Amino acid sequence: MRRALLLGGLAVLALALAALPFMSGNYLVRLATIAFMYVVLASSWNIIGGLAGYPSFASAAFFGLGAYGSAIVRAHAALPLAWCAGALTASLFALLIGPAILRLRGHYFAVASLVLAPVLRELVNGATDLTGGGMGLTLPGSTALSVDATARLYYAVMLAAAVGTVLFTILILSSRLGWALRCIEQNEDASTVLGVNTLTAKVAAFVASAAPAGLAGAIYATWIGYIDPTDVFDDLLSVKPIVMAFLGGVGTIAGPVFGAAIFVALEELVWRNVLNFHAGILGIIIVCLLVFIPGGLGSFRHAAARVRALASKQTNGTARVRSAA
Amino acid sequence: MLYVQVLVNGLLLGGLYACIAAGFSLVWGVLNVINILHGSFVVLGAYLAFFAYTALGIHPYLFAPIAALVLFGLGYAIQYTVVNRVIEAPVLVTMTATFGLALLLDNIMLVAFKADFRKINLVPPLGVVDVGKLVPGLNVVVPVDRLASMLFALLFVALLYLLLRRTAVGRAIVAVRMDRYAATLMGVDPTVIFALTFGIGAALAGAAGALLSPIFPISPLAATSYLGKAFVTCVLGGLGSVSGVLVGGLLLGVLESFGAIFLGPEHALTLSFSVLIIFLLFRPSGLMGKRGFV
Repeated sequence: MRRALLLGGLAVLALALAALPFMSGNYLVRLATIAFMYVVLASSWNIIGGLAGYPSFASAAFFGLGAYGSAIVRAHAALPLAWCAGALTASLFALLIGPAILRLRGHYFAVASLVLAPVLRELVNGATDLTGGGMGLTLPGSTALSVDATARLYYAVMLAAAVGTVLFTILILSSRLGWALRCIEQNEDASTVLGVNTLTAKVAAFVASAAPAGLAGAIYATWIGYIDPTDVFDDLLSVKPIVMAFLGGVGTIAGPVFGAAIFVALEELVWRNVLNFHAGILGIIIVCLLVFIPGGLGSFRHAAARVRALASKQTNGTARVRSAA
Repeated sequence: MLYVQVLVNGLLLGGLYACIAAGFSLVWGVLNVINILHGSFVVLGAYLAFFAYTALGIHPYLFAPIAALVLFGLGYAIQYTVVNRVIEAPVLVTMTATFGLALLLDNIMLVAFKADFRKINLVPPLGVVDVGKLVPGLNVVVPVDRLASMLFALLFVALLYLLLRRTAVGRAIVAVRMDRYAATLMGVDPTVIFALTFGIGAALAGAAGALLSPIFPISPLAATSYLGKAFVTCVLGGLGSVSGVLVGGLLLGVLESFGAIFLGPEHALTLSFSVLIIFLLFRPSGLMGKRGFV
């Protein structure tokens, strides 16, 4: 019954997503494309941050590398090749830096991952010949497609990336790597004793987290047509995926997806109404989310269940709730 | 002789870095919170000093204690009302929460003070001291404003040391840092100590901001740069000890100074963050080793 409901819901969602670009204006299509990009970022962060429980602030580094990787390749090659190059650049970087910083834990790992994006920003700023430095890079646009068709193309590509990232997460979760990451998340020393090669698993998770984030950056770069270091290595790109994952539920498959959808709506609401102070409002939203609903919106479901149990079984319900709590 | 000058420049910078990082290191050590707000506190201190000088004519060096006092109140309030609610949460939550607070404070400053770069131009300017005239053969010049800023910054760091070492509150802070629960059993209220510590951290940032206002341009966008200095200084010297901050700050100043000569100033950030990652990997306890409690 529940399975049928789930499948039915997914089918309706798929139909709605397929129909959207033909039923609505370009504004909604653009907003949806951003939402898909956020789904990719939140879900990919979830692999290292949620499944393995490592407080990574490296999303901006992956995103920016993906954007520059694709922008540089795009000058000589076709779009799909540029996207692959972006994902590959970010993964290679994760593979190189991962074995070093993943030996660190907790606060130290958080700081080490946080400084990656500023360093890359400066390096890209300095390598003027390759990256255009602070002037940024302008990507060749496609003249063959109309504005509407381009919007629909990127809608579809970003949607595919989002679905792909979610499926990728499911694949990881059901594999040996998923088990290893879950073990590491709960108790890293104990998982070493159990024979899990923790460093290999963590690096695999880091790379698996980098590839989709890099892909998102790559698609973004070709979509927007212009990138510069402060834009694609923005520290906010590291924090937003964390907030989205928290909003929906860290370490779950659906959590980051819902979180991204809600976050996009919130962010757009703020952007539309208070342009001058949007970062400040965003800050307030982030703080309120973490302070008031630390378990994410999913925690309301448990709260509701508890209230129902209390109402229906007044006599023995209380005892059950207490033991559950 | 150029190298002596570069070394002196680095040391002058390093004193300020030590003051910036002292509060950050204290908060990290005692509350176990990486306070992303810290850089914004420094910038706020600098702005307060700027307006005190341009509107009221109060000299930034005299204003530094006042900036510290104001920032202490702000830090105490922020910790008590917001940070305290997530203090037991994992690093991801506390860091993201302080990031949100930093977004808010930076945006408030951007709206209130605009994004223009400002700088205090002291009238009359303090000039430079030519060391070559005092010590024949040593051809080094020392800008007096930088020297004064550095000395005052070191004074604030020394005050922190005395506070932690000599006062009851200071001993309570150190006790909470060593073992929160044992301290509670000794009658120390950790909630109050956390708020006090956060306030002191903000106060040191505010003082550092006031002290660097005659030297560096002031802008809300500089917050992350000061935060980066605090990161590197802490990791270089070792976490949570005053001596570590001192060594880390001076070392970072000298490192940046020589880095600017050999690699060019545009690579200062890359250099210092590379050193940070290397230190995290090979010597996470910093140069001063041992988990020092002052």
